[in-house]
Amino acid sequence: MTIPVFEPWNDPEAKPLIQFQNVTKRFGEFTAIDDLTIGIYEKEFFALLGPSGCGKTTMMRMLAGFETPTKGSIYLAGQDMAPVPPNKRATNMMFQSYALFPHLSIWENIAFGLKREGMPKNEINDRVEEMLRLTRLDKFARRKPHQISGGQRQRVALARSLAKHPKLLLLDEPLGALDKKLRQDTQFELMDIQEKTGTTFVIVTHDQEEAMTVASRVAVMDHGKIIQVATPDRIYETPNSVYVADFIGEVNIIDGLATPNGEDSYAIAWKDGQAPLNVKSPNKFSDGQKCHLAIRPEKVTINAEKPTGVDNVVEGKILDIAYLGNISTYHVELPSGVVIKAQAANTRRISRRAFTWEDTVWLSWTATAGVLLAD
Amino acid sequence: MRRMSWFNTVSLTLGFAFLYVPMLILVIYSFNESKLVTVWAGFSTKWYGELIQNEAFLNAAWVTIKVAVISSTIATVLGTMAAYVLVRGGRFMGRTLFSGMIYAPLVMPEVITGLSLLLLFIGLGLDRGVMTIVLAHTTFSMCYVSVVVSSRLVTFDRSLEEAALDLGCSPSEAFRLVTLPIIAPAVISGWLLAFTLSLDDLVIASFTSGPAATTLPIKIYSAVRLGVSPEINALSTIMIAIVTVGVITASLVNKRQMVRQKRDEQAAERS
Repeated sequence: MTIPVFEPWNDPEAKPLIQFQNVTKRFGEFTAIDDLTIGIYEKEFFALLGPSGCGKTTMMRMLAGFETPTKGSIYLAGQDMAPVPPNKRATNMMFQSYALFPHLSIWENIAFGLKREGMPKNEINDRVEEMLRLTRLDKFARRKPHQISGGQRQRVALARSLAKHPKLLLLDEPLGALDKKLRQDTQFELMDIQEKTGTTFVIVTHDQEEAMTVASRVAVMDHGKIIQVATPDRIYETPNSVYVADFIGEVNIIDGLATPNGEDSYAIAWKDGQAPLNVKSPNKFSDGQKCHLAIRPEKVTINAEKPTGVDNVVEGKILDIAYLGNISTYHVELPSGVVIKAQAANTRRISRRAFTWEDTVWLSWTATAGVLLAD
Repeated sequence: MRRMSWFNTVSLTLGFAFLYVPMLILVIYSFNESKLVTVWAGFSTKWYGELIQNEAFLNAAWVTIKVAVISSTIATVLGTMAAYVLVRGGRFMGRTLFSGMIYAPLVMPEVITGLSLLLLFIGLGLDRGVMTIVLAHTTFSMCYVSVVVSSRLVTFDRSLEEAALDLGCSPSEAFRLVTLPIIAPAVISGWLLAFTLSLDDLVIASFTSGPAATTLPIKIYSAVRLGVSPEINALSTIMIAIVTVGVITASLVNKRQMVRQKRDEQAAERS
């Protein structure tokens, strides 16, 4: 059996559910969103990722209807959303603070939106029961929000926002208030629920791990612009800029000048007295163009003896070791003063580790391990 | 229990004596047999009996309660509305000026408020009576309500209202179904504050009342000018009793609610 690949963004026939068309949003002098165009497809789990103040929350609040674009338009299922007030939109939002109504029970919180719709009483009952089961809250229906724990509150907020069958569910830093362990469990729960209900999810987060775990596509934002939109693996493996490479995970950035020396192949001159680096790159560079080689620490191998037959090898001294339990990150200082991070799995017990501080080591990596980025 | 130092004991005793000795004397003398206020002639409850017969006092008491209920209710509605607009209305022209102006009557000398209201009522040709006192009391107690309610609204989590809108409420439904129930304790204490202010107001009421309607404080004040009678003492004792019971009940209810909330939260975290 083959599982059909879900990637509507590669299908020229597919129509996006949400379309941002040259949207700009200003608050006085401050530009929160800068001429942004993007399509989000049905059943996607779309993550907006960026540092605080990058405009991701503003984008979400415009989708919910709490803010209106200064310029440009937003379409939901082909309909221009500008004149539609929040209470008339087929979107629902899960708030960062959960925003549960403290004076209502869990049951009444979930039923709140259904009652506003004028749904018949027995249907409300069925729907609320269904949501309680989905979020495993059956036992707590009669309790008030202050009588349940943080994790349970978070599930009530999710149940309440899903109850009305929204076309689009907006999640604003939904797991921010939970501790790490609970957050990881909840991420899988969220993905599970998203799959079961088939709702389109847009999540705002500043936690890159969270975005990578849950999302079908991630948009990395900075200063009101989307820098890159891609699947999590492409964002990590082939970032389109130094900003994205640096924002997602750990990375070594080596600055240099490119010289083409074959098909998609370049010699990078980087520090005086060091042999040029060999890099293969589909991105084209002209002779002598300034470039940045972004290479992940786990793709750099650390050796006690000088390896032979490798594309790139440099010698250095161990400056620092960050021991993380399962892996260790070695900070290796080259004679030129550049520090390169290399990561290795701790397959042996720590007392038998091969390297320690001040050891001379050789770092090596293949020509295709890194990504060559323009300025 | 830790023993208090003699200094603490003395300061506590002095402070409380200052506050309560006058009232205690009043209460004791309300049970005095003698008509002379300053001479103790044995225990009696006859002044309470006479008080019930005194129609002028009963009328004044009725007017006072009527005025207090009506004016504090109107003041609560107006004060809540004003607070909501000032806290939530966004940045409109002159917002700072308006917020300042709503607090100004709090520090305005009562004589001036009373006088200006009197001039207004004369200018409008309104006969002074229950209605003019109600209007006057609404005017000054409304700012107190608005202060109490707006301090609650400032700490109100705005996303609760947004959640209500998001789930299909119109803005007025969101206010009625979410905001109002949550700020209700502040609105109620605003009402109680307005009610008490109206009950014990003498200055403004004396400017705006007429021969047709007198409030209890005015009645007591004018009666005392002819000499303090034990009847007045009895009346005051009843008022003290009512206020005491009210305050103690309110604080007990409040305390029990807090204890229960805390217990619930702890139970929720454990489960």
